[in-house]
Amino acid sequence: MHEENDDILEQVTSSEYKYGFVTDIEADEAPRGLSEDTVRFISAKKNEPAWMLAYRLKAYKHWLTMEEPKWPNVEYPPINYQDIIYYSAPKQKIAPDSLDDIDPELRKTFEKLGISLNEQKRLSGVAVDAVIDSVSVATTFKEELSKVGVIFCSMSEAIQEHPELIQKYLGSVVPATDNYFTALNSAVFSDGSFCFIPKGVRCPMELSTYFRINAANTGQFERTLIVAEDEAYVSYLEGCTAPMRDENQLHAAVVEIVAMEKAEVKYSTVQNWYPGDKEGKGGIFNFVTKRGICSGAHAKISWTQVETGSSITWKYPSVILKGDYSIGEFYSVAVTNNFQQADTGTKMIHLGKNTKSRIVSKGISAGKSQNSYRGLVSVAKNAGNARNFSQCDSLLLGDKCGAHTFPYIEVKNNTAVVEHEATTSKIGEDQIFYCNQRGIDTETAVALIVNGFAKEVMNQLPMEFAVEAQKLLAISLEGSVG
Amino acid sequence: MMDATNILKEAFDKQNSPGGNLAEYQQQNWSMFSGLGLPALKHEEWKYTRISKVFTDKLVINNDSHLSQDALDNLILKGTENANRIVFFNGRFLEAMSITTDSAEAICIKPLEKAAGDEDADFVNTNLGHSQRYHGDGINALNAAFANGGVYIRVNKGAILNNPIIIYHVSDSSNGIRFSQPRILVNIQEAAQVELIETYTNMGGGETLTNEVVEISAEKDAVLHYVKLQHEGEKTNHAGTTHIRQTGKCLTHAVTITLSGAIVRNNLNMVMEAEHGESHMYGLYLLNGNTLADNHTIVDNAMPHCFSNELYKGIMNDGSTGVFNGKIFVRKDAQKTNAYQSNKNILVGENASANTKPQLEILADDVKCSHGCTIGKLDEDALFYLRARGISADNARSMLLHAFAIDIIEQIKNEEIRAYAEQMVDDRLSFSM
Repeated sequence: MHEENDDILEQVTSSEYKYGFVTDIEADEAPRGLSEDTVRFISAKKNEPAWMLAYRLKAYKHWLTMEEPKWPNVEYPPINYQDIIYYSAPKQKIAPDSLDDIDPELRKTFEKLGISLNEQKRLSGVAVDAVIDSVSVATTFKEELSKVGVIFCSMSEAIQEHPELIQKYLGSVVPATDNYFTALNSAVFSDGSFCFIPKGVRCPMELSTYFRINAANTGQFERTLIVAEDEAYVSYLEGCTAPMRDENQLHAAVVEIVAMEKAEVKYSTVQNWYPGDKEGKGGIFNFVTKRGICSGAHAKISWTQVETGSSITWKYPSVILKGDYSIGEFYSVAVTNNFQQADTGTKMIHLGKNTKSRIVSKGISAGKSQNSYRGLVSVAKNAGNARNFSQCDSLLLGDKCGAHTFPYIEVKNNTAVVEHEATTSKIGEDQIFYCNQRGIDTETAVALIVNGFAKEVMNQLPMEFAVEAQKLLAISLEGSVG
Repeated sequence: MMDATNILKEAFDKQNSPGGNLAEYQQQNWSMFSGLGLPALKHEEWKYTRISKVFTDKLVINNDSHLSQDALDNLILKGTENANRIVFFNGRFLEAMSITTDSAEAICIKPLEKAAGDEDADFVNTNLGHSQRYHGDGINALNAAFANGGVYIRVNKGAILNNPIIIYHVSDSSNGIRFSQPRILVNIQEAAQVELIETYTNMGGGETLTNEVVEISAEKDAVLHYVKLQHEGEKTNHAGTTHIRQTGKCLTHAVTITLSGAIVRNNLNMVMEAEHGESHMYGLYLLNGNTLADNHTIVDNAMPHCFSNELYKGIMNDGSTGVFNGKIFVRKDAQKTNAYQSNKNILVGENASANTKPQLEILADDVKCSHGCTIGKLDEDALFYLRARGISADNARSMLLHAFAIDIIEQIKNEEIRAYAEQMVDDRLSFSM
């Protein structure tokens, strides 16, 4: 039984990364390396106003004074920041007016990924902003959205067309000086998505950004900014893939969310960057800073993430609960296999009164991977009646992997109630036996159990993503019992 | 800190040169301390506890103060007159005032310096400084640099002690911040059974700083019940490490009660090096004023089939701060480990705070590990229930807090010590039946 299960695990670990193809697109690249000139080059390429360049240069200068953080529970070879290409754009003559103008090769790429940029996609009703390497190539449904006042466009476009909004909100939640990678991102980010939901508007469709790293040796540094004014609502999806390459590629993104009074933002991620091969060669270094602020009363921000890719993940989507009665949620499934390492979790900072947060984190480790949950729940002195519930469970598949939890809880108010619980276990032989008895083969049984384990989080995903995420889980882990 | 360095250096140079291996050991650790310095807040393990701020030029290490027999007699816990008694005065083992009541066949108590040079030298060599594998910081090294003032306790094979061993730590703080560095090494041989209790007293009304290291090794079939009682008053600072090694399948049980202090830091380690070991760790921190109590525990499961259970509870009054960090390591080969951990805190005071970090690091798959922690206030429903039955608000509150705390007190095996601890908790909570 045991051996058989190991075989299945072996099969699973050898399943290929299906998004690993490379598209042959002519690209416009910045020279390798990082210097003030690189920052100026990117800014000039994007035709940016002076304030934006100043912002970048300030961030770059600060970055020079910082050191790469060493505290995450991950190990990786040193990154040579001078060996990265900081800007790579698929060659497009002019900005496309309609989708027909997009390079057919590019469009094929997205079709292969299952993301149709065609308007037929209307059926599913999801507006997509597609980002390849450093630039946004297409945003769909723009017009329809603009009818209700929603702005959904690429970051570079927003800098040109809505400078007042960008100036007001960019860096307001995640300052450039926040950490090493945010400083780097603020200096060299090339594109990303901007989304603005005006007061009282409920965004009529799901918004989605699809990130794709294509070119070799490039780093991807995108920037997402979502602003929801009073009583606005938006559900936002993010997906990512990359080709299979032997060298590691750096992805250092920043996502900022502002939710004002009674606004609600739901942010879902299915992260499937190339995780590296079975020997741990290649893969994406995913060092991401995501943070939202509930600035007004009764605001709500909810992060849902399914993390299956990347060779190294370093990511803590956080919520600052500043407004009274605001709510923060974090639902996460992190799957690691082979030599993947994930150090992920969340931060819930309770500042306002009667604020609530909920954390559900499910870690699944297989192969020789290391999976860490690192979280912070902080209740400030004035956050009366704050409430938090955290649950982090780990499932270990195989005896060569590891599961770690580092939950920090800091409470400075005596009316707060904070609870945390964590368990670590493996799939029980008795559970498998129970299923076998009922005619379910071991492989299906394990899929069933893993899905059940992750269900609480999967339920939080929007329909469109839930299907993809469930498939991903199945591909990563079906049938694996240690 | 810079000021204390000179005082420490002077004291190190002045101490009587120890014989044999200890001289080299102390010198090594002195160099290590000089290199590392005292742990600062950015040291992850000392994130909430700034012990370095007590190391000022007011530290007093050596002087000729004297502990009178009368003063000592006043400290003896009621009902424990027959206990084996070990006395530390200002951090140094006072052989003359220590008493062994069990037979010489069962137990041997002698200065550590002596043990390092006689038939126990092998044990000393392999076990002294074992805790540094887990606490490689400057403060542990600083204690080690003064290890020759310590005590060595051996409980012989098969000996079941009739009386507990009670260690009285007395610090004279009448002329400055008394800096004491007790060092204790305990060898519990096969199938021996021991109760070891530590208690602390501050004489003189000034400030004290104690930096203690206790290292215990328990062999196959041994049973250890360890209790640490901290109630020296609000002017005492404490940084202590109790490091318990299970070299064979045995049972080790520890209870740590912290009732007062300025800055109190307790490290408790259970290193389970043999299969089928069992360990229990219980802690109660009942704080008021501006006390900061920081409990760090480590359970290291290195071998399969071990069981560990841990429960720490805190009640924070006034502006006190409770810190808990519980690490559970399950090494690669430690299959079938069962490890449980729970930390519960009640914040009573308006300015009280709690910081907790239960940490699991698991590298084996066939294990059952769980941890939970809560921080909250007293249950309103429970209060209401009692109020509805004619019990005053104050009494209702102390009843509930008493019920919360008693779980830990009940774990103390020795009856006299348990009664004493319970009395102290009752007094604090102004609880009476």
